Amino acid sequence: MQATHLLSLLIVLGSFSFYVSRGRSLALANPLGGIRNLHSLPSYYGLHAALWCTLPATFLLAIWLIFDEIVINAMVMTDLSPELIPSGNASYNLILNKVANIANGILPRESQPSGLLDAADNMLSLNVVSQWSITLLIITLAMSGLAWSSYKLKPDFRARPAVERVMQNLLLACACVAIFTTLGIVFSVLFESIQFFRSVPIYDFVFGLEWSPQTAIREDQVGSSGSFGAIPLFVGTLLVSAVAMFIAVPIGLMSAIYLAEYADSKVRTYAKPALEVLAGIPTVVYGFFAALTVAPFLRDLGASVGLTISSESALAAGGVMGIMIIPFISSLADDVITAVPQSMRDGSLAMGATQSETIRKVVIPAALPGIVGGIMLAISRAIGETMIVVMAAGMAAKLTANPLESVTTVTVQIVTLLTGDQEFDSPKTLAAFALGLMLFTVTLLLNIFALHIVKKYREQYE
Amino acid sequence: MSDSKTLIKIQHSLTQRNRAEARFHWYGRIAILIGLMAVALLFIDIVGKGHGAFRATYINLDIRYDADLIGIDNLSDTEQLSAGNWQALPKTALRERFPDVSSRRDKRRLNNLLSNGAGFDLKDRLLVSPTLLGKTESVWVLADDDIDTYYKSWLDGNAYEARLTGQQIQWIGELHEQGSIKLKFNSNLFNRGDSREPEQAGIRGAAVGSFLTLVMTLMLSFPIGVCAAIYLEEFAPKNRLTDFIEVNINNLAAVPSIIFGLLGLAIFINFFHVPRSVPIVGGLVLTLMTLPTIIITSRAAIKSVPPSIREAALGMGASRYQMVLHHVLPLALPGMLTGAIIGMAQALGETAPLLMIGMVAFIVDIPNGFSDPATVLPVQIFLWADSPERAFVEKTSAAIMVLLSFLIAMNTTAVWLRRRLERRW
Repeated sequence: MQATHLLSLLIVLGSFSFYVSRGRSLALANPLGGIRNLHSLPSYYGLHAALWCTLPATFLLAIWLIFDEIVINAMVMTDLSPELIPSGNASYNLILNKVANIANGILPRESQPSGLLDAADNMLSLNVVSQWSITLLIITLAMSGLAWSSYKLKPDFRARPAVERVMQNLLLACACVAIFTTLGIVFSVLFESIQFFRSVPIYDFVFGLEWSPQTAIREDQVGSSGSFGAIPLFVGTLLVSAVAMFIAVPIGLMSAIYLAEYADSKVRTYAKPALEVLAGIPTVVYGFFAALTVAPFLRDLGASVGLTISSESALAAGGVMGIMIIPFISSLADDVITAVPQSMRDGSLAMGATQSETIRKVVIPAALPGIVGGIMLAISRAIGETMIVVMAAGMAAKLTANPLESVTTVTVQIVTLLTGDQEFDSPKTLAAFALGLMLFTVTLLLNIFALHIVKKYREQYE
Repeated sequence: MSDSKTLIKIQHSLTQRNRAEARFHWYGRIAILIGLMAVALLFIDIVGKGHGAFRATYINLDIRYDADLIGIDNLSDTEQLSAGNWQALPKTALRERFPDVSSRRDKRRLNNLLSNGAGFDLKDRLLVSPTLLGKTESVWVLADDDIDTYYKSWLDGNAYEARLTGQQIQWIGELHEQGSIKLKFNSNLFNRGDSREPEQAGIRGAAVGSFLTLVMTLMLSFPIGVCAAIYLEEFAPKNRLTDFIEVNINNLAAVPSIIFGLLGLAIFINFFHVPRSVPIVGGLVLTLMTLPTIIITSRAAIKSVPPSIREAALGMGASRYQMVLHHVLPLALPGMLTGAIIGMAQALGETAPLLMIGMVAFIVDIPNGFSDPATVLPVQIFLWADSPERAFVEKTSAAIMVLLSFLIAMNTTAVWLRRRLERRW
């Protein structure tokens, strides 16, 4: 049986156990004079049985789902006839794929070597054995769970605390998904990066000045030695982010100041959500806007004043990214500015300062840590932004600080390295994970630092 | 004397200070205006580029369903049907329409007026009503994308000729005078999957893929997120583990989305061997990505339930789980749903992580389930935006309009839900 069928079977068994145990507890309670003579409500006895019936079996099913294919593949490959035994990792996978395809009927059985046919039959029979055994095991486990729970079912059995303990652990497990996600990210990028640094020294990666990830497929190919110096990518990323910040910080900050200090409530109720629409637009839409509207416009504008602006310029990508980040900065800055106590403003105004002087000399300095934290979060956003640069920035790595030229960024390279069809273990794909590691580390540090500042500042006035 | 000097000085500086005040005020206004203009510009640009895609050019032809021409004699024989020369139907009709076209090159140009899927549309029509076989019928046939682009721009007054020859333009002019070419509602856009031919490409495959992926995401992230929020707000002891979980959630909320794609590729695809390009793996990745948002909003919703409710429940003898399940959770549910909708809107617009896990493939078929290869709307937009054909610009903008209307609908629902259901205590 398939996993989905097994899961539905478990659900059916679970509800069956619930009703049986609930009914039994009611039957036990009746001669004693009603359910108040039970320790817990009848439904808790039902739940206890249902949990015992389904939880261990679900756990087993999950383990089976993970290891089933791996174990069967290993068994098939060890039983392979000796003349077919693969030499390297790549041919191992190739043969395995072939066997699986024959077994599933994707490849025709005719004109295949008999060794492969045997392996395919072996795989099929192993699959059948594995599916039947897991079905039997799960039914046995579910039934013994039910039996155990029925054995415990007595009027003074403390079913509610038992059920609640299990629930508490389930809730804790859900909360721990966040930890596992972080661990998953760290391990996936770290593990592949270490493999990458085995073939490319870390020093050459971090300080190298040339990026051309094309590695030779054949030995005699010309000019494709592959060099993985990431400096041009870092510079490109910084350039695009700098352009974005150059646009987003002044506009976002001034909008926040205007909305928090000057605008009457009517303007505020309309302008604020309208600005926040910018935050809800998918990045792919900004990418389209940047690539098909802003970039050609800038190129023509540059041509009309005699400047050559690349049609994949950092200016177009960064500018549109800046527009995207405006609401991010303005809403964060708005929060910290409104958190500054009114008494500070009143004091300054009473001394005869104008409103703008109050804002510049009192409110902004008081809100500065929060604003800086917000800007840092925005920078981390700009560095990690992908779609706008994939669509509007270039592919060629060029070491330049001129925003009118085309540059490429870390995220663009991750996407280009991983979207093609290539072997997973080539340095080209592993390089994407090394870039991911860099990206993750930098954004993580920025985030931790920024959150720390924002949090520390918030406590001061609350 | 010195007093009046100071006074003059103050007076002088006062005008400067007032000017500075006015300037500052204007900076603020300009900043807001720039922001609002960016919103307006974006929408005007997209709608301006994409509104045309909701209509497509069709050419009226007298089609004779000739069995010999197609090369079939039995409509129920699937092998014959797939081998039939369906494209011959519109080609013959077109040649009858313009009988004086003789040279091979001109014939090819004439055939280029029509979409190369036109024959298959006629096949579908014939299969629906088999009695048409052998009869002649006047049908609106889908035109090629170049013709579509030209005809629309010509109607607007600035004709874009591109790859068309003078003769083709003349034919279109003739058809236009006879009323045999016109714009009709583009049902292909909503009924078909992706295609290399712009006039046959539609967003249905991507929309269904988006829907399946979102269902998967919602099924996983809402229960997990709510459970995590309940634990952290109601049960978590103040210890290192709890602090660590909170730090992790806050950081995950700010991790670039592409990193989640790397996680999906390394863990789900390469380690657990989940197949590529399917809504299951897309849903898994988006679940991890939206989880922080859902946890944070759910926690805020739980926090907003006043402690008196909890104390009343506990005072009546409820256990803490009964208090949470019977009282806190129902009261916090509207807020949690709002958070879930916002999280889903975020997931619907996300592109980058899905590129990593292979949902960027060219997929024509409309997915039927969670394990069919699929793509999603934003990725479809990305793919079309990359296509060189001019006609795809229009399609891309139309797809963006559809995506944005979904997002606006979701966000409006969230705001409405918050206003309508959330209680103020």
